[in-house]
Amino acid sequence: MKKAKSKRVIPGFGLSLGVTLSILSIIVLIPLASLVVYTAQMDFKGVIETITRPRVLASFKVSFLTAFIASLINSVMGIILAWVLVKYKFPGKRILDGMIELPFALPTAVAGISLTALTADTGLIGAAFAKIGIKIAYTRIGITVALIFIGIPFVVRAVQPVLEKLDSSYEEAAGILGASRARIFRKIILPEILPAALTGFGLAFGRCIGEYGSVVFIAGNMPYKTEITPLIIMSELQEYDYASATAIALVMLVFAFAILFAVNLVQARNSRIINGGK
Amino acid sequence: MEKNEGSKIVKWILIGISVLFAFLFLILPLYTVITDALRSGWETYKKAVTDEYAIKAATLTVEATVIAVLINTIFGLFAAWTVTKFRFRGKKLLTTMIDIPVTVSPIIAGLIFVLTFGRQSPIYPYLQAWDIKIVFAVPGIILATVFVTFPFISRELIPVLEAQGTDEEEAAALMGANVFTIFRRVTFPHIKWAFLYGVVLCAARAMGEFGAVSVLSGHLRGKTNTLPLHVEILFNEFKYVPAFAVSSILVMMAIVILIIRSVVEYRGRRAE
Amino acid sequence: MKKKLVGILSVAILSAGILAGCGSTGNADGKVTLTNVSYDPTRELYAAYNEIFAEHWKEQTGQDVEITQSHGGSGKQALEVANGLEADVVTLALEYDVKAVQDAGLIEDGWVSEFDKDSSPYTSTIVFLVRKGNPKNIQDWGDLVKDGVGIITPNPKTSGGARWNYLAAWAYAEQQFDGDEAKIKDFIKKLFANVLVLDSGARGATNTFVENGQGDVLLAWENEAFLSLDEHPGEYEIVTPSISILAQPSVAIVDEVVDKRGTREVATEYLQYLYSDEAQRLEAENYYRPSNEEILKEFADVFDLNINLVTIEDFGGWDKAQEKHFTDGGVFDEIYEAK
Repeated sequence: MKKAKSKRVIPGFGLSLGVTLSILSIIVLIPLASLVVYTAQMDFKGVIETITRPRVLASFKVSFLTAFIASLINSVMGIILAWVLVKYKFPGKRILDGMIELPFALPTAVAGISLTALTADTGLIGAAFAKIGIKIAYTRIGITVALIFIGIPFVVRAVQPVLEKLDSSYEEAAGILGASRARIFRKIILPEILPAALTGFGLAFGRCIGEYGSVVFIAGNMPYKTEITPLIIMSELQEYDYASATAIALVMLVFAFAILFAVNLVQARNSRIINGGK
Repeated sequence: MEKNEGSKIVKWILIGISVLFAFLFLILPLYTVITDALRSGWETYKKAVTDEYAIKAATLTVEATVIAVLINTIFGLFAAWTVTKFRFRGKKLLTTMIDIPVTVSPIIAGLIFVLTFGRQSPIYPYLQAWDIKIVFAVPGIILATVFVTFPFISRELIPVLEAQGTDEEEAAALMGANVFTIFRRVTFPHIKWAFLYGVVLCAARAMGEFGAVSVLSGHLRGKTNTLPLHVEILFNEFKYVPAFAVSSILVMMAIVILIIRSVVEYRGRRAE
Repeated sequence: MKKKLVGILSVAILSAGILAGCGSTGNADGKVTLTNVSYDPTRELYAAYNEIFAEHWKEQTGQDVEITQSHGGSGKQALEVANGLEADVVTLALEYDVKAVQDAGLIEDGWVSEFDKDSSPYTSTIVFLVRKGNPKNIQDWGDLVKDGVGIITPNPKTSGGARWNYLAAWAYAEQQFDGDEAKIKDFIKKLFANVLVLDSGARGATNTFVENGQGDVLLAWENEAFLSLDEHPGEYEIVTPSISILAQPSVAIVDEVVDKRGTREVATEYLQYLYSDEAQRLEAENYYRPSNEEILKEFADVFDLNINLVTIEDFGGWDKAQEKHFTDGGVFDEIYEAK
């Protein structure tokens, strides 16, 4: 402890780590631990059997696939939105900026109900798509739409502060030196915002995998087709099967943890490159 | 930035894409909420939003949101400081742990608190003895709200602090400043806009949380109902229009927060 | 190290403050409070019943009674009571759900015979709700498996009501195919192949059918179907199938809670009064079939009394039905597994 401390110039390590860990434990770690405890009521074989049931596997596929596509779309759109909001001046910009968090404030159930109303084949958007033979509500496309809605703020709000801090003198210098815009973006801007975009992607992805409130309304919930994993957990609970519910929940948790950990690793590597190997 | 014709075209294309996207994914759903809320006219709307239970639910929602933002602010500042200003083992594990709540399904988030503090938990008898109610009462709702918004503030701060590095703080420390002075004078000015984003994100999400709170509330009318739960109840009572009317309160609360943010940001930036 | 302690301490104080600030249980003086944890479709019924009960109790004892309602999916509600939601009485969709509360140790054995008619003061059944004019000409279960018929029903895995739907269909097939299990399964499989949306709850399914215009027929509780008729006059029709199931919602006193709160007397009267003539008529007005035969006959113009109703006993009771059909890997899973 002492030896480590002497290397640190900035004071306050003990205090801040202490506070961080205490709150983290009370709110996150201890409750999550009870999930593990309940899963442990089942033996290992039982857990494997539970999570490899075809219906559960199919739901994993639906949840991960739709969450991945939605987060990918959100990453691209999030970077564009953040870029537009930071770099350009245009009428209505502040309104656009202000709206980004609205998906958070709308209860997910309400979002689900109104998106379903919009995209069902009787709805405003749904009717137009139905004419060209595309069904949105009650299909995987519908789930993806709901997840895009849920995840937008994550990427935008992760990239925006970094773009704002980004010194435009680099870009200008590069521009004067004759670099093309595409090159400037690829070589200078993208490396700077990539870690933030990745964080946004990770959070949006994680959030989308677990989303329940909005998806149940728009999904149609057909087994093997549009049944998401959180719904399976819900039905296990309805059957008073805590062990199965917690086992499936644990799998989702492990996946989420792995994704986030990977994102954090990449991010740490990137920031090291940016900060000159510090 | 706008030096030639080419960059102008790019600019307007990007703005066009953004606006179209925002229209489809943000404005249309909101438009549906508002039009459905007013489908049966003003009177119905007024009745729905001034209903005794709707007001009680709104109060509870505000309460839970304020407490969640407070706790997460304290946590976010300390966590971001720890993670970005010091090097220590297990840092990546720590940042991943902080992010975990966002990726936990709201259903599971509710479930873990029921398992930890509910009747089947080993600590339940002690809670009973002290007459402390957590699950199916207000504290449970607050816990769930804090949980789902847990990383929002720290997550906004970390990238900015990371990009900024530690040189300035180190210099200040060498000049003998204590930790709070360093934070106030050196660090905070860099992160205040990110901090503001974080608070707004946290507040917005806290207001709208449904899944986790729904598992923990018990749906006791007038006692443990937040606005999103009240919306669900109305919806389940076939009161489709009032349900949307109450949702529009949430939308308006969000808009108020966002306006406050804009004003603060605008003034602050002008002062700089 | 000292600083670390300060940090931990400040957190402890903070969290203690939050918990203390909010954990209050108030009991107003001279007034008795009661919590009734019920399921989704009884919202309107209990809103009305609580009023007449409050009057009745005031007349009898001079005491005011305030009743807090909680509604939700029946299984979810049972779970919450088992996990510490303080309910004085539960009024749930199935005996099976009340049994789950009993298994958690909150209700004493023998609650089924505590009140008349196996503790189910009112019953209901499963009917079809179709669009005006019945364009697909749906008259009985057999019409549901025809090509091009779109069915809306909640998911039997997550909704107590949907289990009644499923079992009613099974009862029809059993009679039709003389108990040939392979044929029955085939019929059920075809029926669920026609299902367009499996909502997680009964009210969600009604909404999908009514507000979003999906499907040709909604399998619904009789009272839910009547409510939809009232809400949207002239848009829908009710079709009563030749055979259906007698859905018996169960009521019970939660012994652990009433003993702790000292509310056994009022809780007992609350459930007992459900059998009074006045309450039975109120139930009928809310489209539940009253258990009192005389009063049921008064409402013969509302309810189709000629319907052939099987009961859960025909399936060997809830435990057996649950085990065979709805557990993981049960018949319901089988139907979706083999494509």
